[in-house]
Parts: sequence; C-alpha cells; structure tokens
Amino acid sequence: MPVLTSQQGMPVWRRRTTRAQWLQFSAWLLGVSLFLFCWKVISDNTMWVFVEDAGRQGSDLLSRMIPPKWEYANVLWKPMWDTLNIATLGTALGIIMAFPVAFLAARNTTPHPLVRSLALMVIVSSRSINSLIWAMLLVTILGPGVLAGIIAIALRSIGFVGKLLYEAIEEIHPTPVEAISATGASRLQIMNYGVLPQVMPAFAGISVYRWDINIRESTVLGLVGAGGIGLQLNASINMLAWNQVSVIFVMIFATVLVSEWISARVRHAII
Amino acid sequence: MLTLSGVTKRYPTGDRALTDIELTLPKGQVMALIGPSGAGKSTLIRCVNRLVEPTSGSIRLDDTELTRLSGSGLRKARRSMGMIFQEYALVDRLTVMENVLSGRLGYVGFWRSFLRRYPEDAVAEAFRLLERVGLPHAIDKRADALSGGQRQRVGIARALLQSPKLLLVDEPTASLDPKTSRQIMRLIRELCAERELATIINIHDVALAQQFADRIVGLRAGQIVFDGRPDELTSDILTTIYGEEDWDTSPEPADEPEREPVSYERRDIAGAMATGVAP
Amino acid sequence: MSEQAQAYFEARQQAARQGQWRRLPLIHSQWLRWAIALGVVTYLVLALASVEVNWARVAEGASRGLRFIGAFAQPDFMSRGNDIINGLVESLTMTLTSTVIGVMLAIPVGLGAARNIAPLPVYFVCRSIIAVSRTFQEIIIAILFVVMFGFGPLAGMITLAFATIGFMAKLLAEDVEDLDWRQVEAVRATGASWWQTMNHAIQPQVMPRLIGLSMYRLDINFRESSVIGIVGAGGIGATLNTSLSRYEYDTSAAILLIIIAIVLLCEYSSSHVRRWTQ
Repeated sequence: MPVLTSQQGMPVWRRRTTRAQWLQFSAWLLGVSLFLFCWKVISDNTMWVFVEDAGRQGSDLLSRMIPPKWEYANVLWKPMWDTLNIATLGTALGIIMAFPVAFLAARNTTPHPLVRSLALMVIVSSRSINSLIWAMLLVTILGPGVLAGIIAIALRSIGFVGKLLYEAIEEIHPTPVEAISATGASRLQIMNYGVLPQVMPAFAGISVYRWDINIRESTVLGLVGAGGIGLQLNASINMLAWNQVSVIFVMIFATVLVSEWISARVRHAII
Repeated sequence: MLTLSGVTKRYPTGDRALTDIELTLPKGQVMALIGPSGAGKSTLIRCVNRLVEPTSGSIRLDDTELTRLSGSGLRKARRSMGMIFQEYALVDRLTVMENVLSGRLGYVGFWRSFLRRYPEDAVAEAFRLLERVGLPHAIDKRADALSGGQRQRVGIARALLQSPKLLLVDEPTASLDPKTSRQIMRLIRELCAERELATIINIHDVALAQQFADRIVGLRAGQIVFDGRPDELTSDILTTIYGEEDWDTSPEPADEPEREPVSYERRDIAGAMATGVAP
Repeated sequence: MSEQAQAYFEARQQAARQGQWRRLPLIHSQWLRWAIALGVVTYLVLALASVEVNWARVAEGASRGLRFIGAFAQPDFMSRGNDIINGLVESLTMTLTSTVIGVMLAIPVGLGAARNIAPLPVYFVCRSIIAVSRTFQEIIIAILFVVMFGFGPLAGMITLAFATIGFMAKLLAEDVEDLDWRQVEAVRATGASWWQTMNHAIQPQVMPRLIGLSMYRLDINFRESSVIGIVGAGGIGATLNTSLSRYEYDTSAAILLIIIAIVLLCEYSSSHVRRWTQ
C-alpha cells in the first residue's frame, strides 16, 4: 500500500495510488452511466400507465387466484405424469449423448485437439440455448407433443452434463491411468479401467442434479406446445382461469420440492 | 537382455532430463537406480516402457527395438514389462481382484475386459499371486480400503500377472514406513529370483538399495556417474552422486525418503494413451 | 461381518482359486436386483407407451428440420435486421439492469438467510423468498409480472431480478455460513460496530466469490432473457418466436448464432474477471 508524503512532510497512508484511484473512479463512472443508459432504454419501452396500475392489477390477480379450484387437480394427473416422463426420459437420453461428448472434450482423453474443439462447440451451443427455445424449434419440426419436449430436454442436458463431466475427467488422478496404460491396455480399456471408475460418482451426481433441474424446466415446456403440465397452464391463462392457475402452481411447487429433496438425498448418498 | 544406448530425453521446456544413457541389463539381475530428486530416474524407467518418449537413442528388449514401436506392437511390448509405482497407482474404486486382473488387459479383448470375463487361467494365476503376496482374503475389498503396504502388494501382483520379462519399479517404498519398506523390497527381490526377472528399481534409500540389489547405478543430472556392485559404493561416490554431505554417521537413521516431484508433462494421460492406441 | 457373508466371501475365494470369478454385484441381494431391474423396465414401458407420436407429422416435419439445419450454413441477419437489433438491445439492457438490481437486493436477503448472523424471524422470511424464487421457472414469474406491469422489458427485468435474488442470495448465504469466524471475532475484538464488522471481516471474505457469481448470473440472465420474450416480457425471445412460427429459419439461425456468440463472449470475459478479482 502506498505511502505519500504530505506538504508538511508527514507520511500519509492511502489505500490506493493516485493512478489506481482515477482508474477505479472512471470504472465506476462508466458502470453507472451504462446502467443508467440501460435503464433509459427500458423505461422508453415501457408504458408507465400500466406500471402505475401494477398494485391494483396484482391484488386483483391474487383475489382471482384465491381460493384455488381444487377439483381441477383431477385433470392434472395425466399432464403431471407426462411432465415427469419428459424430464426423466429427456435426462436419460441427454446423459447417453453427453457421455461420449464429455470424453471427447476432456483434454486428457480426447483423441485429437480438433475433435476436442468440435465437442466443446457442441457443449457450448447446447448450453447457450434454453430448453424452451429447443422446444419451440422441435415443435415446429416434430409437431406438438411430449416427444418434442423429451428431445428438447435431452438437447439442453448434453451441454450441462457434458461440461461438468469433462471437467471431472480433467481432474482425475493421472497415476492409475498411467499404470493401466503400462500394462499394455488398449485405449478403450484405459478408459474403462483407469478413467471411468474415477469419474463414476461425479457422473451419477451430475445426472441426478440435472434431472432435478429438468423437472423444473419441463413444467413450462407446454407453453410452447411441447406437452406436460405447461399445456394446462397455457390453456388456463388463456381462459383467464386464475383459480386453476393457482392449483397448477401449487402442484409444480410440490413436485419441484420433492424432486429437489430426492436429488439432494441421492447426491448426498453418492458423496 | 535390456540394452539402452545413447538414450536422451529433452522436455519441450528445454530441460535435459537424460543425456546419452548407456546401460545393459542381463536376465535375472536386480539393478537399483539411485540419485537425487530430479536426476532423471523416473524419466529413465518411463522411457523404457514409453510412458515418456525418449528424444533419441535406442532401447532394445531382447530383439525388439522399443523406440520404434507404435500401436499394437507397443502394447505387446508393454505386456512384457511390468511396472510398480510409487503411490501404488491402483484404481481406488475397483476391487483388489479387478486391479490385479487389469495386469492382463494387454492379453484380452475389450469386451472381455469390459464384462470382466477373464479366462480361467488368468483368474487362477491372479489368485495364486494374491496368495503369494499374502492377500487372498482381500479379493473383494476395494483398493482404497487397504493400507499402504497392502496396496503396494496388490501393485506387485498386478505387475506380475503380466508375466513380464522385465520389471520396472518406481520408488516402491517412498510412501511406506521403514518396516513395510523392507518387507516390500524383500518380496520384490524374492519374486524376481523365482521368475528370473531383470529389474530396475528407482530408489531413494541408499541403505535399502545396497541390501537388496545386485548392482547399483548412480544417476546425477541425467548422466550415469556410478555403475557397480553395492559394496563398491563408498562415501566418495555418494558425494559425486548426491553432492557434499557427511555420509558417515551410522547412528543417524537414513533420511526420510522424500517424494520425487513428478512433472505434469510426463504424466499427461493423453501422451500415455496416444502411444497406446492401435492405429 | 455376519457368518453368512463370511461364507459367501470364502466361497468366492475358493472359486477364484479354480479360476472362476465374476465381478461383485453392485447390489448384494439378488431379489432386490431383479426387483429394481423390473421396476426400471416397467417404468420405461409405461412412459414410452404414453408418448404419442404422430409419425405422419414427424415425416412432414423432417424436411423442415433439414431446412433448419441448412439455414445455419447461410443465416440471414439482414431481412429482419431491425427486429433483431431491437430485440438484442432490449435483451442486453434487461440482462444488465436486472443483474445489478438483483445482486444489490440479493445481498441483504442473503445476509438475512445466513443462520449465523441473522435473527430467526428474518432468517425464515429470507429463506422463503429464496425458495419461491428458485422453484418457479423464470417464465412462470414472467407471466405474472406481464399481467401486472404490462408487456415490455420492464416486466422482463423485474422477472430476471427476482430470479437473481433467489440464486445469488442462496449462494451468498451458504458462503457467509461457511466463512472463517476467527477473522470476524478479531475485528469485533477491536470494538468495531456491526457495520464495521460487515465491512472489514465479512465483505473481504465473500467479495471475490460474489463477483464471480454475479458474472455467472449475468450469463444466465442473458440466456433467460432470450426466452421470456415468448410470454411478452420483451427481448430477443419475441423475435425468435415470431421467426420460428413463420418458418423463417434463416432468421432464427441468425438469432441463435448471435445468442451463442454472446454467451461465449460472456463466459470468456467472466473467466477473465474472476481471475482478475482473485
């Protein structure tokens, strides 16, 4: 930390040098003006009349949602089952595809740097695109239904599972792998004996974690027509049947809590 | 049986790890390789089974030129060279039996090894070896449930299941206490005698080397500075190998064996595997 | 070890001596093994049976799928250029403002949700805010806010800020709960007030990770901002949705490529910022 000498010849302690102070000041200035600029863009695009009305709208919405129309829950069992299937089958499919991609993407198991960048590209594109976008896309291609949802979830999961798994592969102990290759094992055998046992717990943990996230995501896929409880949600909102919407919310909330609990338990048991 | 001539290894960083190594190892001889950390001991034995690629020179095992092999030729050559590691290098999450059987990977196809359907003679031999090293009761234990000495025994059994002609041993005792160290060295010595194996042992502990080896080679800064019988190793020679130090204090126990730092470059799995791939 | 297990393992050793050895099954009880396998198969059959696929529709869509993949070879940035730029500007501004506001609000909530510094009632309130914000997808929240605040980016911004609160506050609370308490006591021992303790003992410990997480959340918020437009909360999502429903795949491909590029850029710069702050 710099010490300056004041005009009286006394040493003055300062937290930063003058240059660092200026730099920091201008960084803050830049940040704040950027924020204000962004705020202005948003505010220009907003109808403030509606916003002033927000409180009333909110309380109105709440009064329509409560009490929930509980008997509507009976209609929801089949969509809920679809939602669970989308999440589970989608996760399974995603894991199956992510597994080889991760091995191709990890620096220490990839056959060639070129293959590695290709695998990384697959992972990045899958991660950047939200499952809802995948679903929108697939609905226009495959038509509305559960299948589009399953594939959308699977495509989104490749990137997530692939990324975490390849990071786990890059962190394994190198010595057992060295030992297995010293026995004259082939490449696949080295993977099977040296690498796989070391990443298996991480892999199982990541998969369960993704399943839990996927349950959450699959609840809304129906908004774009990809099946599950989101379809009912969409229909209820379009009919302005808010007392049905609140039933759906309660159901989603419960399911997500249960799946989160299961996933936490399983991950805890693995580690 | 094993002949190294003019073997040189230079790392991409420019460090010279080995310079012009000339070495001949006859059948059945146990040779100890001593020298300070970073002298190139680990690099030397890893050059032999090509976990590290030598920059130049020739390494011959019987009539095979090892440096030119690749793909399945290299795999075949590696089967005949068993290797024992400093930190045992067992796969922790596999059972003891699976670890030992992995010594046979060079002999069986992928699906057989994937389904763990090893031939009967391999299993019987693996069990016999485990009995020989004193661990028949542990076959179903996971490797990480064993003590250090036990793990090293499993490592030895794995290396021997390869039915090697040559044994490469990298700091077998560096992670063990003195008593276990002696037991392990004695075991290696006996097994080599039983099977007439040529053996190179990297070792820090000079006293252990003198007691258990037929021949001692001293390495300093990548060059051989001593090659002779254990009783020829005098304090003067130790000084040339390790540098100035008072070697003659018998009551003082030998230094704790320190671990040799292993550079990451050489442990790069990609490198190890790239050379192990069938073309 | 029970005698039965002992006998089992001895039998395995005997078999191994004869050269008979199989891998130890993952689940010891044979009965349970079969039950689990049967359960999985039953589930798969039931689940797959409930997936209705209209193969005629799929066949019809296949050509569209090919067209879409082909569109990536020649994405069309121009013909809807204005829509794309407007959408992007909205998305980016939403991302930035919502992250800043979200993080600022997440700090008090996170501190309140840390058991070791917050009183119990505050703790429960903050934890329930976190739970609600985390369980519901951004898009569901967006629907509600659109109803309340009207169409446009403000609803989107509030949605993302709300989601940011849940995400950041949970992680911040965990950080504070794990922090090194000795440093806090050392500062307190000098007679520092509550604010001074926060500033000198807690802030330095959690700050680097907080910045790292904010960068990460910026990245997530951008990705989310590309979808909440579907329900009318502004941003590039609306443009994307329109282009997809009009089957203008070359425009959709262009938008997707832009999204991927921005996410990559975010990730790249956030790794730099993280290295720089640590």
